[in-house]
Parts: sequence; C-alpha cells; structure tokens
Amino acid sequence: MTGQISLAKQVKKVLVGDHAVAEAVKLARVNVISAYPITPQTLIVERISEMIERGELKADYIRVESEFAALATVYGAAAGGARAFTATSSHGLFYMYEMLWWAAASRVPLVMAVVTRVLGPPWNIHDEHSDLLAIRDSGWIIGMAQNVQEAFDMTLTAFKISEDEKVLLPVAIGLDGFILSHTAEPLDIPSQEDVGSWLPPRNPRIPYTIEPGGEPITMGNLPKNDVYHALLKKYMDESMENAKKVIAEVYDEYGKLTGRNYGPLTECYRCSDAKYIAVSMGAWSGDIMGAIERLRDEGYPVGLLRIRYLRPFPEEDITAWINGAKGVIVFDRDYSAGLGGVLASEISGFIPSNVSFEGVLAGLGGFDVSPDEFRGIIKEFIDKTEREGPIKIRKYWYIPKVEG
Amino acid sequence: MSVAEKLRGLLLSTPAAGAGGRTGTWRVYRPVVNYSKCTKCGLCWLYCPENVIDWLEDKNVRINYDYCKGCGICADVCPVKAIDMVREGVV
Amino acid sequence: MVTMTELHKYGTRKFIMPGTAACPGCPLQVGMRQLAMALDGKFVMVIPAGCSSIIPGTAPYTTYTVPVLHVPFASSPAVASGIVRAVRQRGNEGPVVVWAGDGATADIGFATLSGAAYRNEDILYIMADNEAYMNTGIQASGTTPWMAWTTTSPRGKTEDKKDVALIMLMHKVPYVATASIAYPMDFIDKVRRAMQVKGFRFIHLHAPCPPGWKMDDAYTIRAARLAVETGAWILWEYNQGKLTISPPSIPFKDRARRKPLEEYLKIQGRFAHLKPEDIKLMEEKIDRQWDLILKLAEIYK
Repeated sequence: MTGQISLAKQVKKVLVGDHAVAEAVKLARVNVISAYPITPQTLIVERISEMIERGELKADYIRVESEFAALATVYGAAAGGARAFTATSSHGLFYMYEMLWWAAASRVPLVMAVVTRVLGPPWNIHDEHSDLLAIRDSGWIIGMAQNVQEAFDMTLTAFKISEDEKVLLPVAIGLDGFILSHTAEPLDIPSQEDVGSWLPPRNPRIPYTIEPGGEPITMGNLPKNDVYHALLKKYMDESMENAKKVIAEVYDEYGKLTGRNYGPLTECYRCSDAKYIAVSMGAWSGDIMGAIERLRDEGYPVGLLRIRYLRPFPEEDITAWINGAKGVIVFDRDYSAGLGGVLASEISGFIPSNVSFEGVLAGLGGFDVSPDEFRGIIKEFIDKTEREGPIKIRKYWYIPKVEG
Repeated sequence: MSVAEKLRGLLLSTPAAGAGGRTGTWRVYRPVVNYSKCTKCGLCWLYCPENVIDWLEDKNVRINYDYCKGCGICADVCPVKAIDMVREGVV
Repeated sequence: MVTMTELHKYGTRKFIMPGTAACPGCPLQVGMRQLAMALDGKFVMVIPAGCSSIIPGTAPYTTYTVPVLHVPFASSPAVASGIVRAVRQRGNEGPVVVWAGDGATADIGFATLSGAAYRNEDILYIMADNEAYMNTGIQASGTTPWMAWTTTSPRGKTEDKKDVALIMLMHKVPYVATASIAYPMDFIDKVRRAMQVKGFRFIHLHAPCPPGWKMDDAYTIRAARLAVETGAWILWEYNQGKLTISPPSIPFKDRARRKPLEEYLKIQGRFAHLKPEDIKLMEEKIDRQWDLILKLAEIYK
C-alpha cells in the first residue's frame, strides 16, 4: 500500500477510448511498447508513437513484424526488468496465443489492451467479446471496461495490479471495438505528478531479471519432476486468488486518488432490492442499465450485475449477488461453439436448480442491441418465469430481423 | 514465502554440475591419457563437449570421470594420439 | 587474434557445468564454450526450443552459468529485442545473445529473425546449425543439405540448403559471418570482432551432430573440419561493408586444393545412399556457392 494518498489534480478531456488507453500508458511511464496495428486498436499505437516522438513519453517503441513478435518483445522487455505494454485485437490476439500462456506462466508483469473485435471469416471489424474471452484460460487477469473513463482507469490500475508482489500475473484490459475505441467521451485525467507518487517505477528485481552481469538464473528449463509443474500451477492459482484482494486494494487507493470508486471485481446496479439479475460485461452494460431503468418504471424488480474482471473469476461476488434471486439472465456478446455463451456457461454452475436461468447470445458479429431490445428480452424472461416457474434456457439466440 | 521466492527451484534454476544426471554412467569407453605422449597442447580441453577436462596451470590435463560420457572427441582431436579409448569394465 | 596461450586462463573455468543432458559428442556445448570464452563468460542468452532447451538438464539446476531465458520456438529474436531495449535503458551495455538452432532460425522463427535484423537490434545472434530438427528426432529443416537423410526425407532431401547468412546480409545488418566449431580461434575472433559493432550481428555456426548425421560420437570435430577442407562449408565474414574469406577457408578457394568431397560424406551415414552422380551434383553446388561468395567478396571490397 502506498503512503497517504490525496485527491489528485485532474483535467477533463474528451478522448476516444483508444486515445484514453494511450494516455494511461503515458502516465504509467511505460518503458517499452511494442504492437502490431490491427483495426480497431490502431489509434492506441499511433497515439503512443506520437507521444514518444513529441517527447511526452520516454520509451522504446518497437515496430515489430507481427502480433506474435509484439507480445514476445514486450515479454522480453518485462523479463529484462522493464514496464511494458502491448495492444491488439481478435486475429492479432490469436496470433500471439502461444506467447500469452508463456508470458503468464513466466510470472512477469505485463499489461495489454484488447480492443474486442469479431473473428472471421467473414472479415468483420465490428465488436464481439469472443476474442478477449478466448484467452481466459491462459493465466492473464482479464478486465473489461464499460466506458472511456473506465478504459483509462483500468489500464492505469493494471500496472499496479500486475506488478504487485502477491500477483505477478499479466493483465489484459478489454474495451469494445469502435463502440469505445473510436467513440469520444469526456473523462478526468489525473496529473503525471499525482500518478507518479501512486504508481512508482517498476522494481526490475520482482520477481527476477535476466540481465548481463545479473544473477545466473535460468528461466524455464524442464522440471526434474512433473509435480514441480503442478506446483507452479497451484501457485498461479494462489496468485489469482491474491489478485482478488489486490484488485480491491488498488481500487480503494485509486478511489482516494481520483474520487472514482469502483466495485473492484463487479458492480451491481440496482441489485439490493432486485429479484431478477441481468449479467453482462463491457460497453453494452450501459444500454442494459437503460433497459433496467425502463423496466423498473414498469415495476419489474430487476438489477444488472456488471462483471469488471472475469479473471480471477469473481465467484464470491456472483454468489452473493444472485443469492435470493428468482432468476438470472446473462448476456453474452460471444459464442463458444457447441456450448453457447461463455459468461452463461461460467455462471450457470452457480445457479441453484430452483432459480430461473437464461443465457442470451446477442450482438454477435457486432450488430447493435438497443436498450429497448434488451428491455424486451429481459421482460420476456421475467414474465415467463412468473408464469411458469423456473426455466432453464442455456442458449437464447437473439437475432433481429434484417431489412431487405 | 513470497511468490517470487516460490518460483526458485521450480521455474528458475541455478548452475550446478550434473544437472543432466550422473553422466559418467553413460560411458562405454573411457578416455585414458598417456602422459608420456601428451604434449600439453590443450586441444582436448578445448573441444570437450562436457567441459570435464581441466587444462591445469602447468598445462597438464585431468579428466573428471564423474561426468565424462566417453564420446571420444578428445582422442580424435589429439594431434599425437595420446588418448586411448578403453572399454569400460575391461581391466 | 586469440591464441591458445590466452585461452589457457580458462583452463579450469566451467562456462558450462559438466553433466549435461547432451548426447555424447554434441557440438552445441563445444560451440557454447567457445562463445563463452570469447565473451569472458559475461552475457545473457535467449534460447528458443531446440536441443539447447534440453541440454541444460532439469530444474532446480542448469548447466548454463549465465542468465538464460528459455522461450517459445519462434520467438527468440523478438524476445531478445525486448530484453536488450530494457537493459540498455538501465545503462547496461552487456551482450544479449540469442543461441538458436537452425529450426528456430531458418524456419519457424524466420519472421521474427527478419524483424529483429531489419530493426538492427543490438543483439548477437548465433545460429548453431546441426542441419535438422534434431531435438525432435532428426527431421529435415530448411538448412538440411540436399540429399541428406532425415526421418522426413528418408530418400534424401529434395530441397537445397537455405542460406540464412546471405539472407541476413541482404537485411543490411552490420555484421554477418559463418563459423565452425572445428575452427575455434576463427569463431572466437569473429565473436570478438562482432562485439566491436553495434546493431544486429549474425553468426552461422556449423555444428555437426553425431546421432543426426549418423556418425561416430568422436567425429564431431573431424566432420566440421572436413566440411571446411572439402569446401562444403565456406568460412567468410562480412563486417561493416567488407566481405572476406576467412583464413582457414582461403586455401580452398582453389578447387584443386579441396579434399575430395567423399572424405566428408563417407563418415556420415546420412549420405550413405548417395550415388556418384549425386556427389558430382553436390560438388557443382559447392562450386557455385564458392563462386557466389567470391563474387560477393568482390562487391563488398
């Protein structure tokens, strides 16, 4: 925990999500950045390059030949003791898939922004969460922002979380492609000085550094016994559990620094007196809140559980919020082929048998879902439950009619 | 133990002899130096893949049989054929 | 110019700890010891998947005595790029070395190699070439010679050897050289000259592999020497604009002074199936390669 934290001087700016992320990278005084352009992440890397050229950020920007090289490069920088950052999206994220696992199990701190985007074919640059969710097994801490302010805040706190001695796991922060990445919203940005006192430079020795003249350690040769490897995975699990507390501590401090207090792992909107809980991640949570407002006006006792961090999996939060609920409806902007929505499948195990449950697949391929459409889907679920008792619909495909 | 300390010995290794095992037991033939022929040129030391030959201060050579695998490179490169590869177990 | 007298000071120094998991007669540790002598044991290594991932033995121990980062197969040049940027920022000017096999360099890691070279990253890249994917059991790689037996080319490889060193030359990096473990003085001098240069430095090190080449364990150095003496392996060096044939290879510019190619081929079981017409074709390929290198030496005078 840092010493006394007082409210920072903040400046209001209007930025698109990608530029807000770049701003956070600048304030975090990242040492090495490497990324390969892919729509809709490009604005992040372009802004960072400009910042470096203008002298606003003293860092190495490495122009690599692929996303695989981008992650490998920032991983090397982190192993060499630097604070490092990369950003990518869908196909690019999958191109670095091997390195994702290697980076996490190497236990070096890293931060990556994932601007979520549909995977092809067909080619499609619009928003889906499937790419971010596909890395949930890799050992990366995974968070997702709802608006541009949060995208900035989550990127900044990511460095503190990742580098914490009790965590030492890389952090991926998702922001919805185009919907946040290319949409301008107002946000408050703390001063460099105030951020600097809250987020000191990275300690290269934690957990280890590979440097000429340094300690002659080897990272990664075969274990003498496979049990060693099992132990390492158990330690990773312990660190993921630690991360829950560390994330809470970091946001507590961050709240003192900025005046913005987030529910660390999840936030529940109008849940205290809710009988029905909707669950979602990301930008469309704002639209779902709009739907919640309208439903409340109509007398429906419904709230929204917004997941901020999916890894570590916020089991305690989820069980607490759905305790006593009559029904849970989960919105997935993703699809795990052959199963259904990822969030729905991860949460369904926590739903008691006498509680109504529906997993909605919507927004796939990037089509917009309006607050009114959300309202319709949730209303139908609640009405059906009230009429028939608990229902279990693991896959509700919401696909609107297309004109022409 | 901190997370960083827990990684030692599992994810992080430190230098030690015999990290690949007691490799002297792999041998079928052992190199035997004929010191009367040896010209102390040091080539056997230079080319040994296992670093088991010491080229001492006085330029004599000494083989560590704990780890020597008996590959025979030292005998092959010796310019005066001062090293014989002798079958293990044969007196 | 390094001498045995100078190297004598390393006579009892263990740059690699004995008792490795390498095959008896493995060329890689011979090469790595020479590299370590050239750098006085002060460097870090980035090692992608390959024999050198296994040779160090098992955790909690390793045979390597310098800081080492083991990395995924295709990633080493990129990881090294990151490490070097990080340590240079802290004012650490020490050598960052990639020690990679032919598989990791010529094939799966080709894109990251090209990227690091074209960015002129300040790293020393050693491709230890045992001419096949040896660690996975002798499968053909891009640098496996024409007609060589491997498990994936049992009748003899149909493709020619990929010339990675010349490809690196065309990336306009400041230093490229070929080397051989049978010519340690030449290799050590090259490493030391490379260290005088900043930027991407590439050394293609010939490393004959007894099990992979179906050869006697004791013949590792003999094979490497015959490769040079028959002209099959050309030692050359490109240093900031000048390309020269290295002293050990100079006599073999002259076809007549090269040892018969059969002497090199006959100790290797991987070439046992070659017919006289194959050997003749091989000699022609060697002539053309000499021609190419000599012409390049004229261009880069």
